[in-house]
Amino acid sequence: MSESIFQFFSQPSPSDDAEGQSLQIVKYPAQFRVLDDLREFVGQQAETCGLDEKASYAVQLAVDEAFTNIIEHAYGGECDKTIECICQCTPDCLVVTLVDCGNPFNPNDIPEPDLVSDLEDRQVGGLGLYFMRQMMDEVSFRVVPAAGKNTECNLLQMIKRKENVG
Amino acid sequence: MEVTTIEYKHCDMIKIRGRIDSSTAAQLSDALDSVIDQGRFKIVIDMNDVEYMSSAGLRVLIGAQKSCKRYNRGEVVLALVPKRIYDALELAGFVPLFRFHDDLLAAVGSF
Repeated sequence: MSESIFQFFSQPSPSDDAEGQSLQIVKYPAQFRVLDDLREFVGQQAETCGLDEKASYAVQLAVDEAFTNIIEHAYGGECDKTIECICQCTPDCLVVTLVDCGNPFNPNDIPEPDLVSDLEDRQVGGLGLYFMRQMMDEVSFRVVPAAGKNTECNLLQMIKRKENVG
Repeated sequence: MEVTTIEYKHCDMIKIRGRIDSSTAAQLSDALDSVIDQGRFKIVIDMNDVEYMSSAGLRVLIGAQKSCKRYNRGEVVLALVPKRIYDALELAGFVPLFRFHDDLLAAVGSF
């Protein structure tokens, strides 16, 4: 496992700790072509964590939309910068965190999705964030300091709960 | 993702196989544009083999539907839409904007 680019996860952490939790970190370039690999990674993590196929699909869709939003909004398009994906399996949920060090992202800047207008007036902005919120149980955005640097990074955390727990 | 277009007398059928995301949506958009640019606005999309679709795919579908329905010159009809994909269309409020068919022949014959 490689070191994380920001402080929050920068302390060394074993991939499997005593409580049966696991933490997997993968770094991707901010390119749309990696979406297949990214979805496969989070899909595997979801299944290993005990989520069913429907929940796994939901996680893959949410992470794809989040990654796409980061490329488009935080990095202003595809580039060689990094987006880090951290999957943490706990006894009752899968926590997926995406980290980028692009422009500060404010979810309030994203328009509410238009779900009802007639075809001619229908706008499609905001569907990505809407899908993330619909697919996951919790979606939260934070700004965190970058490890060892005087800059800040965006941290997006999404939680999918296991249905048969609680 | 693979996209193939078949030209029929009264409509065109576009068959999509694989995953539609921000990486592949442009390829689908190009396939639709090349039909529309020929002045053909009646399109059946066979979605039977679509494994995955993000909002990038929804954006392409609605763009094509807007072009095709303009001046009542045609429309995009969606055929054999898998459940997961339909769920996403429904979540986005797209269901009222398209006709759906679970029979390809019926979809082609509807034009």
